[in-house]
Amino acid sequence: MSKKGITDKVAVIGMGCTRFAEHWDKSVDDLLVEAAYEAFTDAGIEPSDVEAAWLGTMISGYAGITLSGPLKTQFIPVTRVENMCATGSEAFRNACYAVASGAYDIVLAIGVEKLKDSGYSGLNAPRPASDGTSPNISAPASFSFLAPAYYNKYGLSDEQGREVLSKIAWKNHYNGSLNPKAQYRNEVSMEKITKSPMVAAPLGIMDCSGVADGAAAAIIVRSEDAQKYRKDPMYVKALSIAAGPGDGKLRQDYDFTTFKENVAAAQAAYKQAGIQNPRKEIDMAEVHDCFTPTELVIYEDLGFSERGQGWKDVLKGVFELGGELPINPDGGLKSFGHPIGASGLRMLYEMYLQFQGKAGKRQLDDPKIGLTHNLGGTPMQCVSFISIVGKEIS
Amino acid sequence: MKGIISYGAYIPYNRLQRKKIGEFFNKPVFGGEKAIAGYDEDSVSMGVESAIDCLAEMEATNIDRIYYTTTSAPYKEKGSVSTITAALNLTANIHAIEAASSLRSGTSAIMAANESEKTLVITADCRIGAPTGQNEQWFGDGAASFLIGSGEDVIAEIVDSGTVQGEIITAWRSQGDSFTQDWEERLGTTVFLDQVKSNVQPFLEKNNLTADALTKVIISGPGTRAHTAAARSLGLQTHQIQDPLFDKVGRTGNAHAPMMMVSALESAQPNDQLLIINFAEGLDMILLKVTEAITQLTQRKGVKGYLERKSDKVTYSDYLKWRNLIETEPPRRPDTDRPSAPALYRGYRQNLSFTGSKCKSCGTPQFPKQRVCVQCQAKDEMEDYRFVGQSAKVTTFTLDHLAASPAPPMIVAVIDFEKGGRIICEVTDCNPKEIKIGMNVEMTFRRLSEAGGISNYFWKARPIRQKESS
Repeated sequence: MSKKGITDKVAVIGMGCTRFAEHWDKSVDDLLVEAAYEAFTDAGIEPSDVEAAWLGTMISGYAGITLSGPLKTQFIPVTRVENMCATGSEAFRNACYAVASGAYDIVLAIGVEKLKDSGYSGLNAPRPASDGTSPNISAPASFSFLAPAYYNKYGLSDEQGREVLSKIAWKNHYNGSLNPKAQYRNEVSMEKITKSPMVAAPLGIMDCSGVADGAAAAIIVRSEDAQKYRKDPMYVKALSIAAGPGDGKLRQDYDFTTFKENVAAAQAAYKQAGIQNPRKEIDMAEVHDCFTPTELVIYEDLGFSERGQGWKDVLKGVFELGGELPINPDGGLKSFGHPIGASGLRMLYEMYLQFQGKAGKRQLDDPKIGLTHNLGGTPMQCVSFISIVGKEIS
Repeated sequence: MKGIISYGAYIPYNRLQRKKIGEFFNKPVFGGEKAIAGYDEDSVSMGVESAIDCLAEMEATNIDRIYYTTTSAPYKEKGSVSTITAALNLTANIHAIEAASSLRSGTSAIMAANESEKTLVITADCRIGAPTGQNEQWFGDGAASFLIGSGEDVIAEIVDSGTVQGEIITAWRSQGDSFTQDWEERLGTTVFLDQVKSNVQPFLEKNNLTADALTKVIISGPGTRAHTAAARSLGLQTHQIQDPLFDKVGRTGNAHAPMMMVSALESAQPNDQLLIINFAEGLDMILLKVTEAITQLTQRKGVKGYLERKSDKVTYSDYLKWRNLIETEPPRRPDTDRPSAPALYRGYRQNLSFTGSKCKSCGTPQFPKQRVCVQCQAKDEMEDYRFVGQSAKVTTFTLDHLAASPAPPMIVAVIDFEKGGRIICEVTDCNPKEIKIGMNVEMTFRRLSEAGGISNYFWKARPIRQKESS
């Protein structure tokens, strides 16, 4: 990454997001049309104004035609990208670079996923042909490795750990209850979370993000053009992504209380945005809370909490809506739902609404700098994405 | 003189108490328990485990021959010896034969070994008796292995052996049968006793022996009563009759007599004389004389050790599921994919012998094999490195209730080896309540899955146990 990255070079001038839900009555095409047209309307542009598009989807379609078909775009370039659960963020990142390069003036980044058509529990990505020797463990199981490792390293009893994880789920459900587009819009009691049926011990069903269908979209232009479209665009301060070599699978010095990819992505993003003290300088964040222990570890990886202190910050309420650094104000993956390809753009959508004062009951007090963190893979090996976005150009 | 250099055995961890079968069908049953192969075990995996036990602390590179015998091979067409050879990391040029069908093939293989070579005989069986039948109660699963050769290391000389072919229909399982069928037991018993009377006495006389000179007699006949009748007809004292393991393991098919042999050798003293009488459409007779070298053989887990490592918590319904004897609701997860034959082909040495790579530049062991070192990023500086036989520890774990498994929850752990290297794999023969960070585990060879008719073998971790778990 060059020294300055693309700080303040591009801005988001329109966004759209479907409700994330079990959309039995909507197809991938429906979701794409809904999110894209909401973004066009929000930006005040015609669909034909878009010069190029990036589509993120992990398992709901192949190639750019998955988007150009339903939208009937007229022979513009559409690139389909995939980076597991960070797919939506990857679509956004590539679209931003294309605009920053000057290749295009106005582009669409859109993510979609339809998980509920498979009939399976949880996420089931097609696996490449293999020798079948790696254990076919579920997604919650991969992430549940974090919990006992974290408890063991920092001396938490199972009961203490359980309370911390439940508190994270409780917070995200509370936030989601204030969000009309969230998959789950009810508060859930600590007791219900704590006693939820085991999925991948020590994680229960209430430690898992919602399996949902949905789409989200963003219209991106260069910052100097943004004011032509609206007075309150969202500026991109930093974009980073780190792909891991698989240390967690192969190296004994990886201890399952961190994602090295998160640390690398955060350092790169903070450098680009000139952030010294993330806990103080960042006003809000949407992070990849696919499972409750993931969010706990992310606090520490991103420098929001000191190592080994994240759990105490949870119990103190630091990351709640009224806390020092609100995390997942829209309900996060936990309560807003996690249609893979759409989630990264959904996180940016919340930043965008918060900057514009449109976040309704969960509106924060004039946030100016936000962070989104999106992770694809497992603690053993993943890609980790971070964006830093701002209300103002610096 | 040709003889046994080493022995090993394997008894699966799970034991089904026969009373649980009786409770299920609401009928009287025999007492005791039977060893049952786990959902991830079969005649190949058990055979490999018994061979690992047999070859413990031995140089395995000079083995010339493998004889593998079973009546319950995973395939009707496709051999298993190449799987076993790779799993044991033996030379690819090893001579090998596998014998199927005959319940006598284990002892026949021992007799067929040459004095001038080193032969590894592996016997294993995992037969299924039809539910509600007597075979279901008596059949058990297990394996035994012997290294046969000559020289100073021989712990028991094969003084003499003899064989009789005697056609009789007693127990059979056709190509299309799922379960063993039997004629009424008295037929087999009568014919067996006739064969014993007319052949064993002359065999002993030929060796200038009388029955009272024998320390132990290992008798595996048809059914469960024949061996006592045979012992009586030979005039043996109770202490001379080797325990047939019916109450603890069950009738383990072609591995039955071999497992009794292991058991006998475990408590044998120099100069003991052991006679083996093994029946199936005739007899095999082997006379062993134990040597001083037996005192030098390092301790094997053997029948004795594996009898102590057990859990009797398994239910009859678990057993039915593991043997596909009841159809159950499929999990809401995709079916296990058939493994890719080219991918298996490329990785078979690595995966079956559990051989990874070790970086020559920084010394970090890695599994699976890597081209670029995960620690120092050196490219193509790797040498082969085998992880089998090392102890390892659980670094973290999960109990996966969502993953498709015949015995949910699937226990998966991050395993760190004592001499470096890590693998993430299933933990087997483990109660979910037992698993914890820091637990000591060892690798065990298992059948990971069967999909599209292909049995896929690999390694899992199991707790290191000294005795019965609670």
